[in-house]
Amino acid sequence: MSAGTPATVAAAGPRRLAWARRRRTVARFWRQYRQNRAGLFGLVVLALFVLTALLAPVITADNALSVTQPPGSPLDGPSGDFPLGTDRSGRSMIDLLIWGSRVSLTVGFWATFISIAFGTLFGILAGHFGGWGSMVLMRVTDWFLVMPSLVLGVVLAAVMGRSLTTIIVAIGVTSWPTTARLVRAQTLAVEARPYIERARALGGGHWHVMSRHVLPNVMPIVLAQTTLMVGQAILIESTFAFLGLGDPTTASWGATIQAARDVGAVSSRMWWYILPPGIAIVLVVLAFTLCGRAIEGVLNPKLRERQS
Amino acid sequence: MTTAILAAREVRVEFEARRGGGRARAVDGVNLDVAEGEIVALVGESGCGKTTLARTLLGLERPTAGQVLHRGTPLAYTSRALKAYRRAVQLVLQDPSGSLNPRHTVYDAVAEGLRVHGDVTDERDRVADALSRAGLRPPERFFLRFPHELSGGQRQRVVIAGALILDPQVIVADEPVASLDASVRGEILALLLRLRDELGLAALVVTHDLGLAWNIADRVAVMYLGRIVETGPVEKILTAPEHPYTQALLSVLPEAPGEPVVLRGEPPDPTRVPGGCRFHVRCQVLASGAADEAGVGERCRGEDLAILGGGEDSDVACHYALAQRD
Amino acid sequence: MSVLAISDLTVTYRTAGGDVPAVRGIDLSLGAGQKLGLAGESGCGKSTMALALLRLLPKTARMTGSIMFDGEDVLTMSWGRLRAVRWAGASIVFQGAMHSLNAVQRIGSQIAEPILLHSKVGEAAARRRVGELLEHVGLPARRADAYPHELSGGQRQRVMIAMALACDPSLIIADEPTTALDVMIQAQILKLIESLVAENGISLVMISHDLSVLADTCDRLAIMYAGRIVEEGPAAEVFRAARHPYGAALAAAFPTIGDPSSRRSPRGLAGDPPDPADLPAGCTFHPRCPVRLDYCDRIDPQLWPAGDGARAACVHVLPDQGLSLVQKEPA
Repeated sequence: MSAGTPATVAAAGPRRLAWARRRRTVARFWRQYRQNRAGLFGLVVLALFVLTALLAPVITADNALSVTQPPGSPLDGPSGDFPLGTDRSGRSMIDLLIWGSRVSLTVGFWATFISIAFGTLFGILAGHFGGWGSMVLMRVTDWFLVMPSLVLGVVLAAVMGRSLTTIIVAIGVTSWPTTARLVRAQTLAVEARPYIERARALGGGHWHVMSRHVLPNVMPIVLAQTTLMVGQAILIESTFAFLGLGDPTTASWGATIQAARDVGAVSSRMWWYILPPGIAIVLVVLAFTLCGRAIEGVLNPKLRERQS
Repeated sequence: MTTAILAAREVRVEFEARRGGGRARAVDGVNLDVAEGEIVALVGESGCGKTTLARTLLGLERPTAGQVLHRGTPLAYTSRALKAYRRAVQLVLQDPSGSLNPRHTVYDAVAEGLRVHGDVTDERDRVADALSRAGLRPPERFFLRFPHELSGGQRQRVVIAGALILDPQVIVADEPVASLDASVRGEILALLLRLRDELGLAALVVTHDLGLAWNIADRVAVMYLGRIVETGPVEKILTAPEHPYTQALLSVLPEAPGEPVVLRGEPPDPTRVPGGCRFHVRCQVLASGAADEAGVGERCRGEDLAILGGGEDSDVACHYALAQRD
Repeated sequence: MSVLAISDLTVTYRTAGGDVPAVRGIDLSLGAGQKLGLAGESGCGKSTMALALLRLLPKTARMTGSIMFDGEDVLTMSWGRLRAVRWAGASIVFQGAMHSLNAVQRIGSQIAEPILLHSKVGEAAARRRVGELLEHVGLPARRADAYPHELSGGQRQRVMIAMALACDPSLIIADEPTTALDVMIQAQILKLIESLVAENGISLVMISHDLSVLADTCDRLAIMYAGRIVEEGPAAEVFRAARHPYGAALAAAFPTIGDPSSRRSPRGLAGDPPDPADLPAGCTFHPRCPVRLDYCDRIDPQLWPAGDGARAACVHVLPDQGLSLVQKEPA
């Protein structure tokens, strides 16, 4: 009991107490997270990517993505002006990578948001209420669970046109059932605990039980699932783009790899065209996975014991 | 006789048995009163329906038949009526570690009742007050602790504080000390006794521990297979029991005088309540032939007994004991 | 001859926060066919000690001293020998039978496992033995085909006892064998353990926090507090007239029904058990002690003779000696 001596706590009102508690929770979380080196590495890599994506308009020239007025000549190898060479339109590979991070992260975050929001909502509802409503909900979930995201992507692209939104929806819609199943399982486990009975006996209704007891106990799993899912979504986006289902006007990493394949980058040994976007994808996904694993380790004491 | 704060009137609770075995009569007709400032111990083996009865009295389970009365008024099962009822009747569970959310601080756990009822005035002072009444002093030291930072006894005190904060009239405690160490047990029981003396708090303590009843209860009700088979003042029931089942329970206690009567087999299945006296298949008095000698053997095997009153008077549901009385 | 002789046993857990002493110097001996009860609250080291007897502790635990089992030191014996002792010499009945049984295996094959592994008999012979064992513990032999979830708590505890008996051990260690069981089932199990021990001349170490149960079953009682034995003696003696205030508090925790002094006055012990990583100075019990003297925080009492074959670690047992010890130490 280091922080919050009795004297300062005694003077505090309920709200200040709540803040003190939150501060302490965050501090403890960070203290434990810090001990996971891989997690720290992931976090640093991630911060770099996010920073790059945010600063893309500042650190690249205005005509960086222009096909009509490219800054260099097509398919040049690495040189002083273009450290990673140029693509088939003569654009700098570095600039393409920088703008690509924007696309990847956008898709990753939005798709994950959809997936997590729906998954958590349906998972908690199905777990809390049970009965035939839950049965129906879980059958619907199963139906989505077996739907391949690629096929849905192809169909959606045909209906909605090829755009980032299509990809986000396709990924979000096909990945929420995994979260829902996970959250439902955890909800059922939490609902069996005696403190739920106590909350009911205190007079707490459905909303109280779900928001005050189930949600906080489900959040750790959701958080870990989120970080893992962002990486997955980025991977799927790249696949879409590589298969030509992506938005033709955006320079995502997947699209760049596809363009490289089109011009025969592999057979003509243009490594600078095909390797960097691939490495970027691997790095970002790895970073998210490492962070997710680290968070899981901190929030799930059982895992922590096994590691130590 | 004054109206009981909490009363069960011929309460029956039935469940669909899990493995297709018909219906389980968990509570099979029970009368039980808890008067103001009274501590009643409900004693029985696991599976006898005592926890189901407690949950029914709390309004967490709906009786299949019969009524739960609160100060003489039947309990309504609308969500608003239940919410109001739950300010008056509070629950303390067996396992204090499980009954506290591991992610809530002591302060949040105790304040939960106030927040549920939208009662936010003086929250901090009332939490502090409840904690110190439950014996956690100074209360401020415990505000920001998490359950895992407390000992088992302290956790149970937090649970009790959480129940006290709504100023209830009755506490229903389900095995409040069963998962606590021997040394802490007495402290928690003393707390319940003190709350009764200081606040007039009545309690229904559900337990399999007869020593607990001797320690704190005024009245004891012994439950067997969904029915109360003997009830009365603690001094009477625990020193001069009339029902063979109560006698057997007391005889197996470690320091009990005389030869222990160890009943064979498990408590029977509530999906197959035997006909006649529900205890007759395990009854040592019937097995010894004493019941037949007294001429009640046939009734033991074939005739069910009346449901006991559940009030202050001592009463027994046993053909043999009733015959001996006459 | 004693089956078990423990001398100066210590167990220390190495943790990130430093060394935590769980058992701090224990001497005990147990004769053939003797029954010893070990009491204390959670965290006092009684379960650690039980596990140490068969070297079942995790790697982070460091043990010193000696545990002589049938004349061999458990702490230094080879792995092969230790395995033999674990199967055939001594067995443990754990609390919480549900978790100690494999949920997806029939109980018959779980009981047969050590028999097949150790005594090199055929399937058929092992099956016969399982049937015998089950009947021995009061279950019909055909229950061998049941899965653990098909049994009640009391029946599962019987299975655990059958498993412990499988290889004719000379010592059984029962860790809270009846906790979480009803009074009637508890009485059945205790009666069973008692008769099995008496029939087969097995020695018994029974661990519980309920002194009344131990006093009823065992010949001798040892009371542990903060990793040490603070009182030891004949069961009836310790239970009825404990010399150590902690022993007295444990004995008073479960009332005798009919005793007017305990009616409406539950007795417990204020305060919490000490943190093993941060033990109080002097007598470890002094912060909670109702009869402490002003020098109790400076003196660490040893197990002194307390009459009738009993020993207790309290200055009240030998006030003169306690005082002289304090006076010898510089203040």
